Amino acid sequence: MAELVLDSVSQAYGGRQVIADLSFTLPEGAIGCLLGPSGCGKTTALRCISGFEPIQTGEIRIGGEVVSRPGWMLAAEKRRVGMVFQDYALFPHLTVADNVGFGLRGDAKPARQARIAELLALVGLAGHADQFPHQLSGGQQQRVALARALAPRPRLILMDEPFSNLDVELRERLSLEVRDILRREAMTALIVTHDQHEAFALADWVGVMHEGRIQQWDTPYNLYHEPANRFVADFVGQGALVTGEVINDHQVEIELGVLNGHIPVECGAHGCEACVRNCHVDVLLRPDDIVHDDDSLMLAEVENKAFRGAEFLYTLKLPSGQRALSLVPSHHNHAIGEKIGIRLAADHVVAFRRE
Amino acid sequence: MLFALAVAALVLVPVVVTFSSYAEIDRDILGHLVEFALPELVVNTFWLALGVGIGVSVLGVSLAWLTAMCEFPGRRLFEWALLLPLALPAYVTAFVAIGLLDFTGPLQTWLRDGWGITGLPEIRSRGGVILVMSLALYPYVYLIAKNAFATQGAIALEAAQSLGLSRTQGFFRVALPMARPWIAAGLMLALMETLADFGTMAIFNYDTFTTAIYKAWYSLFSLPAAAQLASILILFVLVAVVFEQRSRARMRFGAVGRSAGSRHIRLSPALAGLAFVYAGTVLAVAFIIPVAQLALWTREVIDTDLDARYWAFAWHSVLLAGIGAALVVTVALLLAYAGRQRPGALMTWTQRVATLGYAFPGAVLAVGLFIPVAALDNWLIDTGREWFGFDGTEILKGTLVIMLLAYLVRFLAVGFGPIDSGLHRITRNIDEAARNLGATTAALLGRVHLPMLRASLLTAATLSFVDIMKEMPITLMTRPFGWDTLAVRVFEMTSEGEWERAALPALAIVVAGIIPIILLTWRGSNLHD
Repeated sequence: MAELVLDSVSQAYGGRQVIADLSFTLPEGAIGCLLGPSGCGKTTALRCISGFEPIQTGEIRIGGEVVSRPGWMLAAEKRRVGMVFQDYALFPHLTVADNVGFGLRGDAKPARQARIAELLALVGLAGHADQFPHQLSGGQQQRVALARALAPRPRLILMDEPFSNLDVELRERLSLEVRDILRREAMTALIVTHDQHEAFALADWVGVMHEGRIQQWDTPYNLYHEPANRFVADFVGQGALVTGEVINDHQVEIELGVLNGHIPVECGAHGCEACVRNCHVDVLLRPDDIVHDDDSLMLAEVENKAFRGAEFLYTLKLPSGQRALSLVPSHHNHAIGEKIGIRLAADHVVAFRRE
Repeated sequence: MLFALAVAALVLVPVVVTFSSYAEIDRDILGHLVEFALPELVVNTFWLALGVGIGVSVLGVSLAWLTAMCEFPGRRLFEWALLLPLALPAYVTAFVAIGLLDFTGPLQTWLRDGWGITGLPEIRSRGGVILVMSLALYPYVYLIAKNAFATQGAIALEAAQSLGLSRTQGFFRVALPMARPWIAAGLMLALMETLADFGTMAIFNYDTFTTAIYKAWYSLFSLPAAAQLASILILFVLVAVVFEQRSRARMRFGAVGRSAGSRHIRLSPALAGLAFVYAGTVLAVAFIIPVAQLALWTREVIDTDLDARYWAFAWHSVLLAGIGAALVVTVALLLAYAGRQRPGALMTWTQRVATLGYAFPGAVLAVGLFIPVAALDNWLIDTGREWFGFDGTEILKGTLVIMLLAYLVRFLAVGFGPIDSGLHRITRNIDEAARNLGATTAALLGRVHLPMLRASLLTAATLSFVDIMKEMPITLMTRPFGWDTLAVRVFEMTSEGEWERAALPALAIVVAGIIPIILLTWRGSNLHD
């Protein structure tokens, strides 16, 4: 249980920059998540933290202790960093209890037995101590892997795509379970995933990664509502960009009306500059920013629709031909091609300057 | 990497040596060979390969189809029992066949005396050799084709039927062509064994390259001639190797889907009966009758032959197989680890070359390794005499070195296969998981790798142990004085036509040979769970 700090960490492999200038702080006891498409460098970041990849710049600190810096790293077996692998990597020749006890080699036998029992109870596998990994289901194997990593009381737990081998339903249930377990052990944990639902369900802090860089390190709420750039806006949640024009320092006009709010400052290659007047922007509209209103005079054509049970997700064609999404309660069942009344219901502005 | 390259180089030594033998041409012997022996050898080898190829394909594919796809009485028993002929080295089947079917054998005698029937075809003929070799080697095709049918036969057949083909059409137009790479791989293995076979050819007096190499060396005392013959044989073998490797590559890409469980075709009672009789006949002729005959003969001679000399043969066999297996397993383990530490295209090729020795006939290896070791020996002796006043005629030649090297080259693939696939199960993540849990390198090897590899090591050791025990030409040609084994004893007794006295050592070899088959089927059924 310790704070994890990455300070301007870069790593190159075979001449290719895999992660670049990676910095974030994960407070003690918090659950963090690195979220990004495959190949964005998130797994490499994990391997740098666990001590299997050297770093070329910056440093990594766990609980204030430097564990990696250019040209030196503390050996993985001395880091006290637990890891849960995507394929679980359970030892097939050992029972569940022996797997969990693997890292408790130094402890006296009674203490070891007690710890094993405690962890198996924690992950809900008390009755499976003498079974072998191949006799367990995927979800059970996953919990054994977690218990094994937690057993030696590491300072930090890392999880690499921990739920990607499970079916969707189990994934959701298990991710909540895992969060409870980590909370109960007051464990600092960093999880790597490409699934934002997983990240949102688990994490206090989420770092969206793209091309080896952290695009934004923030709370899930802020990532969704205040994305720092186009990549984050596009990658996190659903939404559409429509063109708009800045009227003054707190208003943007789009074809559906005027949006009030703070105009974010976007930093580009030319430095940071607030866009104030007559400047063209793209405005992010989330599906809940547009509501269906039969009385509205503003009409949009239903171009596509997806039934989601409680609601429909409509893809709408605005009068100008731009597209927007709208979540509508499912008793409003409109046919494709029909024109429906809509109203703008956004309470803040997320806008990016047009290049 | 250096180690892997060294092993690969060792495999290439016999090839280089046999081909460089043309530098030293013994005109008389070579002329004699080219004029008289070579045409006959080539013709004999051609017909043998063709006949055995057809024989093993027909037997192997038909039996594989029946046991994998059809339901008939005793199917589950036949499924593994049909592998049993693997335990019988071809030379054992051969001398039992001759002992039984020869003019003076019990069958012909009985027919002649009791019924006045004569004129049965001579067993010591090309047809006889082909028959015996086919019965001994069909399991190679059977085993691998059965796997192909079991994993994709049902789906192929159902797809064919859904497209309007009858079952028979489905078999010939879909299932059989789909399984072709598998069948070809099995067929090539069987052909390599055919080309490598020495014992059977010696017993049948059917001249092929292996027996010619032996004669050139031990009757004509011309090592160069032996090496030149070996080089021609290598060319034949390489053709088979190329075909085999290509089929294996096609197997990787040709595999489709997975069996949705084993749904067997229900045969009509008449057909099921026919299937039972067919499979039963093959099993009886290829295994039950030979083993029963061996047992009968053994009973006749056991009182006189089960003496101290027999135990010496057995002890030598076990000792050599033990040392050889230990060597094979050690080198295979190091080679597999080398591949794990330094993966890459160069390493893959090095490993491939290093494990190519299974294709080289023992007779070729014997010659190809004897020549360089003898040369090294002479050099050592000369140097030793010059510098240390050494006085002797051989240092390495009289030892087990040549024999063990030859075993290593020939059986490295047998040991490497299971160890390499075992090592592949220990993923990088497993290593890292252990490290994260605080394991040092020693702990990683001792607590994770060794226990996880134990079964693979045991399999590798057993398979190579039994193969070395059955091995005949290498042992015969390169053994030091006094190192007679069971296989050598079989050779000596059969070359004098004393079938009964060959039975006791042969039976011991067969019993040992059954072990890996049990292992094989046991592991196979374990994988299904």
